[in-house]
This record gives sequence, structure tokens and C-alpha cells, in this order.
Amino acid sequence: MSALLQLDKTTIRFGGLTAVSELDLQIGQNELVGLIGPNGAGKTTVFNLITGVYQPTEGEIFFGGKSLVGRKAHQICKLGVARTFQNIRLFSSLSVFDNVRTVFHLHLRGDIRHALWRGRGFWGEEKQIESQVLELLEIFHLRQFRDDGAKNLSYGDQRRLEIVRALATKPKLLLLDEPAAGMNASEKTELVRLIQFIKDKFQISVLLVEHDMQVMMGICERITVLDYGVKIAEGTPAAIRANPKVIEAYLGN
Amino acid sequence: MNFKYAKTFLLGAIALCFLVSLFENKINSYRLFILYDIGINIILAVSLNLINGYTGQFSLGHAGFMAVGAYAAAVITNQFGELNSFVSGVIFPGALLAGGLLAAVAGLLVGIPTLRLRGDYLAIVTLGFGEIIRVIFQNMERVGGARGLSITHGWTNLFWTFSLAAVTIYLVTALVHSTYGRGFIAVRDDEIAASAMGINATKYKVTAFVVGAFFAGIAGGLYAHSKQFLTPGGFGFMESISIVVMVILGGMGNTTGVIIAAILLTLLPEELRRLSSIEHLPGITKEFPLSWIGNIRMIIYSLLLVVLMLTRPQGIFAFRKSASAK
Repeated sequence: MSALLQLDKTTIRFGGLTAVSELDLQIGQNELVGLIGPNGAGKTTVFNLITGVYQPTEGEIFFGGKSLVGRKAHQICKLGVARTFQNIRLFSSLSVFDNVRTVFHLHLRGDIRHALWRGRGFWGEEKQIESQVLELLEIFHLRQFRDDGAKNLSYGDQRRLEIVRALATKPKLLLLDEPAAGMNASEKTELVRLIQFIKDKFQISVLLVEHDMQVMMGICERITVLDYGVKIAEGTPAAIRANPKVIEAYLGN
Repeated sequence: MNFKYAKTFLLGAIALCFLVSLFENKINSYRLFILYDIGINIILAVSLNLINGYTGQFSLGHAGFMAVGAYAAAVITNQFGELNSFVSGVIFPGALLAGGLLAAVAGLLVGIPTLRLRGDYLAIVTLGFGEIIRVIFQNMERVGGARGLSITHGWTNLFWTFSLAAVTIYLVTALVHSTYGRGFIAVRDDEIAASAMGINATKYKVTAFVVGAFFAGIAGGLYAHSKQFLTPGGFGFMESISIVVMVILGGMGNTTGVIIAAILLTLLPEELRRLSSIEHLPGITKEFPLSWIGNIRMIIYSLLLVVLMLTRPQGIFAFRKSASAK
């Protein structure tokens, strides 16, 4: 199986601190992989490395056979990697509709001249985008909020909108950073179903960072465990649960 | 909001400007000059709103871009002697365009540091840049240096001033109200999220600076041909600030509000001046001259700004949803 995403001995140091050390990680097509670890283990740093927010000090990152090292965040997004953020980062002054619509500029055929001239091509394209955005919002039950400000949504809806926005980039790989944070038990169950649904419906791979073990054990096909930036275990949820090193990292010895 | 008829609206506005300008010689020249100032300030404020309001880059150098356009248009048109109105009608827009393009180049140069800086730091860099431009003109003997430069022709008229204002409003609005243009607001709201969603934040910021500077340059050309005399001092830091005030007062990212603020803030000092020339309040008293208002009119102006900012920090005209809707 050729991996969609492959991290090859990826390392990043901030001054003297090695945040992620020689991490190997592979994600296949349409696979759902989990990344767990205690606080400060470097999970979000891994996301930032993949999405171009940070550049690795050493090592390589390949996506669909292309190296991501040296590429900027927006270029990596164009290649097919989309993400959500641990602390929600929506475009707060825009409406729900516009939050998703903005992302569709990736799929525009016309450029700035199109927008300025406003010919027939422009309106045709805007109409097409509108129906696609509404379709996405419909799937995730956000359509009734289309004209509301994104920041007026409930917390759970904001998280969902962030996922919709990421999906609008038409990604091959979706990175979800603690999507269950701040959710109650029933919302978590709903979220698990949603992630499963996204993976099946859009046929994409998902890399999931989460603290909530119940969520992780429920949906991940494979789990990688980080501790102080080092991979200490990798395997099926059942194997991870039984791994003494993981138990030690979480509970101490 | 639907901007389907924006182009029709623009053509209508230009036609209207043409009709009104036919009666230009019927308007007294003091009023006429205030009207020019209003049109020029609308262009300046609306274009700055693209940079400061929609894209969220705090620029304090708009007067610098204006100076580039003003001096360029002045130098070009000073090459020509007496011309009939048809020829000047070709040369004048050409000179304005050249001024705008040169200012756009300056905007590109300022846009580059924005790749790294944001907020207060960017404000300081743009402030410095505006001052550099001013000092360059001050030391350029070719354009009269600190003594100033007179412009042979006064080709600014109502038609050019207000049709160009209409063009500015159309272009900035059309830009922002499109899927492409929503990227400007996305960059303002959250640059990291915008980049992660495939938006090239750098390109958007530089585009905003270039487009904004272009129109500031055009406004500069109109200013030059309205005043017929330029001094570098006229393009100082205070001029930049007064444009920023129009944008903030109108509401960042609210084009309608910014246009109204530009009109009001141009009229306000003039109206206060007029008020002071009234000898007494008719029908009330003869012993109550209002001339003191003239002496403190700038204080009244400043106080009004303070009060407005305290009571309506979102902009006085932020009633309905705009692109920056809450």
C-alpha cells in the first residue's frame, strides 16, 4: 500500500527543545488514524508540521509522493490537506455561508478580473458555488444558519462549521485537532458518527488528534502514541490499550 | 446582498456626473472646490478602506501614495501649454492614470514589508514610508522642493472627480463582494486559518495595497488639478491620519459608512467656518456673535471625533449588515 501521507524521521527543534523527534507516520488512502499522547506531547506540532505552519528541522514529509517541506500553508492546502484547529478559528465577522464560500476560491476558474468585470461567467460561477456551499451546509445541518454570523453559533455548531469549511477545500486528507474538546457525552457520540460519515461519504483519510479515549478507541483503525515528541507505540486500539508503555505515559509508574 | 446591477449602476452614475458637470459654471467656485474635495476624499477613504477596513492592514501612508499621484500628474500636464478641451480631455485622464500606476508601484513596495509585519508595527512602517515620500519631494528641485509646484492647468471638474469616485466605489465593492474577494476579509479575521484554507494571504495583502495606492494616486492627480499648487507639506502625516479617521468613523469595512463619513468630515470644518461668519443669531439676539466658533472650529471638530468614537466605536453608520457584519 502506498501511503497518502508519510512522515519520514521528521524532527523539529525550538531552540534546545525537541518538540517532535524522528517521527515516522504513515496514513493510507481512506484510512482513519489517531494520534494521542499526554498534554505537550507534540500532537498539534505534528499538525503544524504537516500543514506548513512550521518547517521540520530534519526529516521529510511526503503527501501523495510530493515533498511538503518548504511549501507554504496555502500551497499544502491546494495539494489536498485540510485541517481544523484546536481552538476554533473561524472567520468571525463573516456569515456561516461566507465562511464556506471563501474557501471555494480554490476551485474558481476566473481570477480577480472576473470579480471586477462581473460578466456572465462570473455570475454563473458564483451561482454554482452557492449551490455547492448550500449542499455542504445541508449535509451537516447548518443550512438554517446560513446568514448568521459564524461567531453566533453554538460551540458544537462552530466545530462542525470548521469541519465543513475544511471539507470545502475538497481535501484528500483531513486533520482534526481535538474536535471533541468541550463537548458533552451525547455530542461526542454524534461527533464519532459524523467523522465516520465524512470518511465514507467523501472517501478521504482522516488524522485525528484527541484526548478522549472513548472517541479514539471507537473509530480509529490505527493509533499512534506520542510522548515528549517521541513515538512510543503504534497499533490497533486494542493493542494500544494493553501497551504498558502507553499506560505508563498516561498514568505514571 | 445582491450586486447584480452594479455595472448598470456605475454607468448610470457616470452619466449623471456628465449631466451635472454641464451646469458646472452655474455653481459658485467656493462650493465647487468643496465638492471637489468631497469627491477626492471619497476616493481616498474608500480605497484606504480596502487596506485598513477589509484586509485589516493598518496603513498610515495613504497621503504618501496620494503625493506620488499628485506630483506625477502635475509634472506630466505641466509639459503642455494651452490646449483645447478635447485634447485636455485625453491628456488629463492619461496623466491621472500614470499617477495612479506610479502610486501603485509605491504600494507594491510598501506591500512587501507587510509580508512580515502586522498591527502597530506595520502602521509604523507605512508611516515611515509616507514620510520618506514627502521628504523626497521636498528635496527634489525638479518639482520645486519645499517651495512647492504650481500647476498650469486646472482640469479637475465635477465629471472626472465624481465618475472616478464612482469607479473606485464600484471596483472596491465588486472586489469584496465576490468569492475571490471574501479572501480579503478572511485574511483580516484570521490569517493562519485563511492560509490553512488555501488563501494566499501575502498575495491578498499586496493586492489590497496596490489597488488602494492606485486610487490614492488618482485622487492625488485630481487634488493637484483642483488646487493648482502642491507643497510636500500638504501630504504629511496629518493628511494620512485624516483619511484614517474617515475610515474609522464610517466603520471599518463598511463602504457606505465610509463614503458618508468622507462627505461629513469634508463639510464639517467648512460649515463651522460659515457658522462663524454669521454676525448674530437672527431673531434671537444681536449681542451674540458667533465668530468665536471660527477660532475653535478645529477643537469642535476634534471633540466631535472623541464623542463619536466613545459612543459609536463600530462606526457611526454601522446600522445594517455590511461585509464586516457582526
